Amino acid sequence: MDIFGIPIQALLGQLMLGIVNGSFYAVLSLGLAIIFGVLKIVNFAHGAFFMLGAFTAFLLAQYMGASYWVTLFIAPLAVALFGMLFEFLFLRRLYGLDPIYGLLLTFSLVLVLEGGFRVAFGSSGQPFATPEQLRGTINLGFMILPIYRGFVIAAALTLCLITWFIIERTSLGASLRAATERSELTQAFGINVPRLITLTYGVGVGLAAFAGVLAAPIFHVNPSMGSSLVIIIFAVVVIGGLGSIMGAIVTGLGLGVVEGFTRVFYSEFSSTIVFLVMVLVLLLRPAGLFGREEG
Amino acid sequence: MRTLTFAATALILLALLVVPFIPQLIYSIFIMKTLCFVLFACAFNLLLGHTGILSFGHAAFFGTGAYVTGLLVKDYGIPTDLGILAGGLVAAALGTIIGALAIRRSGIYLAMITLALSQLVYFFFLQAPFTGAEDGLQRIPRGTFLGVIDLRSDTALYYVVLGIVCAGLWLVWRTVNSPFGNVLRAIREHEPRAISLGYPVARYKVLVFTISAGLAGIAGSLKAIVFQLAALYDVHWHTSGDVILMTLLGGMNTVFGPAVGAALVSALNHYMDPFGAWVTVITGLVFMTCVLTFRQGVVGQLGQWFRSRRTTMPSANSQRSHAHQQ
Amino acid sequence: MPAINSLKTLTATSVLLGLSGLASGVASADYSDEVVRIGVLTDMSGIYTDLSGEAAVTAVHMAVEDFGGEVNGIPIEVIHGDHRNRADTGASRAREWYANEGVDMINDLSNSGVALAVAAVADEQQRHAIVNSASNIGLTNDYCSPFVTHYTYDAYSLAQGTGKSIVEDGGNTWFFLTVDFAFGIGLEEQVSDVVREAGGQVVGAARHPLDTTDFSSYALQAQASGADIIGIASTGADAINAINALAEFGVIPEQRPAALLLWYDDIVSLGLETAQGLLLTNAFYWDANEETREFSQRFYERTGRMPNMAHAGNYSSTMHYLNAVEAAGTDDPTAVSDKMRELEINDFFATGGYIRPNGRMVHDQYLWEVKSPDESEYDYDFLRPVHTIPGEEAFQPLEASSCHLLDND
Repeated sequence: MDIFGIPIQALLGQLMLGIVNGSFYAVLSLGLAIIFGVLKIVNFAHGAFFMLGAFTAFLLAQYMGASYWVTLFIAPLAVALFGMLFEFLFLRRLYGLDPIYGLLLTFSLVLVLEGGFRVAFGSSGQPFATPEQLRGTINLGFMILPIYRGFVIAAALTLCLITWFIIERTSLGASLRAATERSELTQAFGINVPRLITLTYGVGVGLAAFAGVLAAPIFHVNPSMGSSLVIIIFAVVVIGGLGSIMGAIVTGLGLGVVEGFTRVFYSEFSSTIVFLVMVLVLLLRPAGLFGREEG
Repeated sequence: MRTLTFAATALILLALLVVPFIPQLIYSIFIMKTLCFVLFACAFNLLLGHTGILSFGHAAFFGTGAYVTGLLVKDYGIPTDLGILAGGLVAAALGTIIGALAIRRSGIYLAMITLALSQLVYFFFLQAPFTGAEDGLQRIPRGTFLGVIDLRSDTALYYVVLGIVCAGLWLVWRTVNSPFGNVLRAIREHEPRAISLGYPVARYKVLVFTISAGLAGIAGSLKAIVFQLAALYDVHWHTSGDVILMTLLGGMNTVFGPAVGAALVSALNHYMDPFGAWVTVITGLVFMTCVLTFRQGVVGQLGQWFRSRRTTMPSANSQRSHAHQQ
Repeated sequence: MPAINSLKTLTATSVLLGLSGLASGVASADYSDEVVRIGVLTDMSGIYTDLSGEAAVTAVHMAVEDFGGEVNGIPIEVIHGDHRNRADTGASRAREWYANEGVDMINDLSNSGVALAVAAVADEQQRHAIVNSASNIGLTNDYCSPFVTHYTYDAYSLAQGTGKSIVEDGGNTWFFLTVDFAFGIGLEEQVSDVVREAGGQVVGAARHPLDTTDFSSYALQAQASGADIIGIASTGADAINAINALAEFGVIPEQRPAALLLWYDDIVSLGLETAQGLLLTNAFYWDANEETREFSQRFYERTGRMPNMAHAGNYSSTMHYLNAVEAAGTDDPTAVSDKMRELEINDFFATGGYIRPNGRMVHDQYLWEVKSPDESEYDYDFLRPVHTIPGEEAFQPLEASSCHLLDND
């Protein structure tokens, strides 16, 4: 059976790959959505933190002989700490101002990080081996899937669901949401809002770094690996609806699939399709697919 | 205060006039490029600073101007002056369309719509056969201006560019200081009130979008003539980001602050070669310092400094309005 | 009005200064401003820094030092600049160098857009430009100039080298993974022609946007095509990601990848584990013979890395330019241009190399195969020679060039 001249089996394969790619988008846009929701800052450095995650993993493996599994935990943690430091020292001076200043500051951070890594490690990037246990492929009947890609889906979605659960279903998440909506009131209840905000930034940034570590074995690790990613992730978050956690996750996955099919039918357009989708969504559903309509 | 500003403007203008005579000190093409960005940034700020609209897609207009002019002048033999005009007009038309779509939303959503639409424009120019993709539209002839001035001479071209940019800046200044500009400010300060006062806010927004886009297009057209090429970078979202940066560095609450910002960024790009690979890091650190220390931009901060000095010195001229500050 | 007066004085002095500058330029007819100045215009801070960048500047410095630091008693000076991968920045810098700073020759020129723009300025200003890192064959066709030399390689030589050799080896059916840029599409078309001419068949192509990270979809498309050879018409990160995905999805080794423009640096990034068996055309490899090893060893000591073909080309072309200046006895661009086209190039980089009227430097190209990790015996031991493509075959025949300097019509 064919659809538009392409066997259905091949389409199933593309669907699967779309979900893998979408998993990266989901983790990245989840982080960006959380940061925007709480800090009201558009974190332009998200792609740079993604790169930082991948590079930290590479450095840990290269110079300290750390195994992949260790780096998968340590690298996001280290990057999250760095992000929190950045928030604590600089970003917090801009709260309450026009969000454009936060955008500008995080953009400057991108220049510093990408430029710095280029000076230190060159522009052409580093090889990163797939962990021993996850090499090889499995036959799914309709396609041959590399085991590692399957692992990416599992790891990414697990992390997304945990994050979603913490924010939507725990008391920590409740105070976080409260801090987002009524900052002074929450503070009056004895909750340390500034610390909560720092923590949130750390979590968002850590998620980006985690995606970076996941990407390291399959995408080429180099200083500019995150630079074209960041506006796509923005688009995903906006399509999903600003402030919607689930929206970011689902849209991330969905966009991966849409992009995957575009690669088959109109490949040249595959990095632009997200913007077409965004225009349509914003004009038809102003608050995004999952956002609550406000005013 | 007003006399001071007048003197400063006159001095800058005089300095700009003598540039072609001092090639040892300053390179006239660099100043031409800067002038293009000055116009671009000031046009952009009509939206950001004066109407409160953040467009994250202004490269679409800048690049469209460059490509349209390049294509007409190079492939169709249209005279340069008409080519520049056409670049501005097409960009303005595009501005009307993008503006009409974008202003249906506000804030970050509006910014994202302009970004998305400009990405579609980028895609169009990437695919269009005449642009040469990443090689660029090369070897655009400079031609003559109004049929008499041979633009192959850098000096002649310099004065033409200076003239057009000054005319463009004057238009920006007129727009801001007109009843129309007052309405724009009313929209920026409190849109619902502007609506309740009976202003057709949507139409005003589309109009200011059109003017801003048209001037951005002319800036792009001029750049295409100066460098004899139009390139993908001109429509890339990085250029949209650059112009936001210039505007903020210069001061978005001023009319000509963005001009200073544009000059600053151009100079950073031009004079940092000795730093080799470190240039990106240094640029980042400079921007970071600017955001953290003088958030109102260079001109905005200077203006504030002057004003605060005046208030502490009551003997001084009581006229407190900083001419840049409307 | 003291301010205005002083301004006037300033203008007057500067006009005088300008005139005197002009006068001194006229005074010494043999060597403009008594120094031969070479500008290295390269990517110092962007994605091509490893391909050319700082090391390209070093290569030119080495050539000048090896030449003795002066030519016919006139000192040689090297300056460098960053074009930021923007054609306008590159063109602007080139113009400033030629017109105001007395630069006689600009070298390196990574990035095709920049190279074309600088070539235009060089042609207009009648000063020399030598392109080593960019591949656009327009430089020796529609955009050719007596002052522009395309030295190391071009898209045509890549196609001839890799495409032809592989079809002759029995790789008959081709599928292309092409970056959707003029560079990629041009390369795909060149190779397709070569393949068809040699009796092969092109079964399909997928064009991906620049900076694509996830190539899995393309890997499946390549697999489904059933082609013997997967031609990769991209370079840098795109090519690396493509090859990684092909390996991951088991497309390699069933089908064989052919990287149409792979740099030495890309092999370092890929690692031999993934890169082994890849075929690539490069004009230079550090470990080819005693002479290349000698140069590369010295280069390594200066830069901490092995030279790639662009670095070697930068060195060799600078040397050739200086030889031409010495032979001509002047840095007058036209005289030097004639000498450059007259003198033969014989060094570690080229044997019997010569520059055609359209600016094409003709020299042998080499097809290499990447070694497996087991075959690699020492550091940087990456490539094994497969065969040599004679210069006359490697480059576009002169009669096919659309260069206006030739009477081909």
